[in-house]
Amino acid sequence: MITILAFYLFATLTVTSALLVIFARNPVHSVLWLIVAFFNAAGLFLLLGAEFIAMLLVIVYVGAVAVLFLFIVMMLDVDFAALRSGFTRNLPFGILLALVLLAEMIIAVAAYKAGPVTAGVAPHVVDAKPNIVALGELLYTRFLMPFELAGLILLVAMIGAIVLTHRSRGDARGQKIRRQVDRRPSDATKNMQPPVGEGMTL
Amino acid sequence: MIGLTHYLAVAAILFTIGVLGIFLNRKNVILMLMAIELILLAVNINLVAFSAYLGDLTGQVFAMFVLTVAAAEAAIGLAILVIFFRRRGSIAVDDVNRMHG
Repeated sequence: MITILAFYLFATLTVTSALLVIFARNPVHSVLWLIVAFFNAAGLFLLLGAEFIAMLLVIVYVGAVAVLFLFIVMMLDVDFAALRSGFTRNLPFGILLALVLLAEMIIAVAAYKAGPVTAGVAPHVVDAKPNIVALGELLYTRFLMPFELAGLILLVAMIGAIVLTHRSRGDARGQKIRRQVDRRPSDATKNMQPPVGEGMTL
Repeated sequence: MIGLTHYLAVAAILFTIGVLGIFLNRKNVILMLMAIELILLAVNINLVAFSAYLGDLTGQVFAMFVLTVAAAEAAIGLAILVIFFRRRGSIAVDDVNRMHG
């Protein structure tokens, strides 16, 4: 009973906050609603017994991606009202397209239910092994190669983002290694102790 | 009793909302990126739901990979957005015609 209640709670909240993401006037609100949507999706994953993916969703999305979005939205000084100008013009066609897409998917689900795939059983609790253990065993044996490739993708994305956004500023005074290496003792200041009354030659 | 179909329905609705978001906010790239995140979330829900109901963990592994790619995509997309804004002072996609494509 509580499962059914929780499912409907998470599902409605996910869908509602997703709607608010695309309809919010202020992009900052959009990002915040996106965070709510991800939290509730994580709840759905928990109901399915996928604890690791749920935690990953909270850590990766809420902790990293959403903060990145928030940072960009607040950093760029954009007139967001002007960007909404085509909103009402696109509304009828967009909703029509969305309805067609939804109908397609519902028909697909219906067709799937008549198909040969047997998936009528409830999500069974994975015997004895916790979700994370089972997932880790799979990830480091059968899916080792894709796992490494995923790491490579992240590395490429990191380097790409740095290369794209990095710019050398003209007014920054960096270290000039050439000048440091070329420096001779004659260019430097010397510490002398002249006797009293004699002065010193320069 | 919550069946697989329930989860598929939620994922379908979420996917549709994402596509609708891309269509409605044709000018705002940030919102388009957020809509893409919603679409990928819907895909993840599908993968995890099938994984749970078929008793096969492969779906969850792939959901993880989708998550990885989504994070990389968001980072690169936002980086491109930042340099575009630096050049043009705006993020309206309608103005993206410098390459005359």
